[in-house]
Amino acid sequence: MECVFGLVGDGFALVAADTSAVHSILVHKSNEDKVMILDSHKLLGASGEAGDRVQFTEYIQKNVHLYEFRNGIPLTTAATANFTRGELALALRKNPYFVNILLAGYDKNIGPSLYYIDYIATLHKVDKGAFGYGSYFTLSMMDRHYKSGMSLEEAIDLVDKCIIEIRSRLVVAPPNFVIKIVDKDGAREYAWRESIKDAGVSAA
Amino acid sequence: MVRKTCFAIASDRRLGVNLQTIATDFERIFKIHDKLYIGLSGLATDVHTLYQRLIFRHKLYQLREERDMKPRTFASLVSALLYEKRELAKDFVVSGTASESLYGACESMYKPNMEPEELFETISQALLSSVDRDCLSGWGGHVLVTPTEVQERTLKGRMD
Repeated sequence: MECVFGLVGDGFALVAADTSAVHSILVHKSNEDKVMILDSHKLLGASGEAGDRVQFTEYIQKNVHLYEFRNGIPLTTAATANFTRGELALALRKNPYFVNILLAGYDKNIGPSLYYIDYIATLHKVDKGAFGYGSYFTLSMMDRHYKSGMSLEEAIDLVDKCIIEIRSRLVVAPPNFVIKIVDKDGAREYAWRESIKDAGVSAA
Repeated sequence: MVRKTCFAIASDRRLGVNLQTIATDFERIFKIHDKLYIGLSGLATDVHTLYQRLIFRHKLYQLREERDMKPRTFASLVSALLYEKRELAKDFVVSGTASESLYGACESMYKPNMEPEELFETISQALLSSVDRDCLSGWGGHVLVTPTEVQERTLKGRMD
């Protein structure tokens, strides 16, 4: 029931993901951050098997950093996407990673971009994308309301519309979401949309 | 489709996961060199991987032989890579989820020795009529025809 979706706007790209960590019928935690900040200008929103998600995304993050240390300049978003796809493709016929990824980035002379990478290493550059059961609702909402070059306010409004759809129409809907954006000023967390806050441990 | 001095290659542009459409601008026809194009249908990840392997092999060939690979040679390279029986068709080759429809359409519309414009018209009609009846293919088409230079044209079919 994991939901990840993202879109490209005017000079920025954003990725939103639910924040539930679930095992069978049990919700372990509801503030799990599934959108990793890869480097100063890249976001990686991932959904899928819990162990694979964390291990694979951290592996990608460390390799992206290593490239920057070795070469003195950061990888472009397209190069990162192709590297990620390559790693998934390599593992596919041996020991596949069950992780679906939306990679958003901002490059100086190219602008914002969003890449759809699924667990069998399908790679495609998109304006809007989504994974999970939530995609049935978010893709339709975005097909209806998305236009290229949306302002941040319009995009956040669309994201909120998508979240409302997921909450009201998905049977085991995740309650909380995190939204992160990347633009010329870098990758950062934009907001959380919480309908359930994790209760603190009460004193005995 | 092939004619005496030119050929045409066409593909649809849908990227989907079972019944869900992800994108409508997926490129399936790739240029190997000026006189050689390959269209790949099937799982998108394998399309990508196979294309990368083929272009890698061709680049190595170019470095060693200092010339482009002949289509016939390239076909045997592809076949070796795919472990399939070699089939060199004299008129047309089809592949994809709508392949049965495409066989029928091509068989009825094809005639030998067509001019480039007529070849373009024929292949476009064959593609669109088959793809419009298949729910898993579509969102337009992409056709390349080569008499002396390459003409690339996008088709608008049923966009659903």
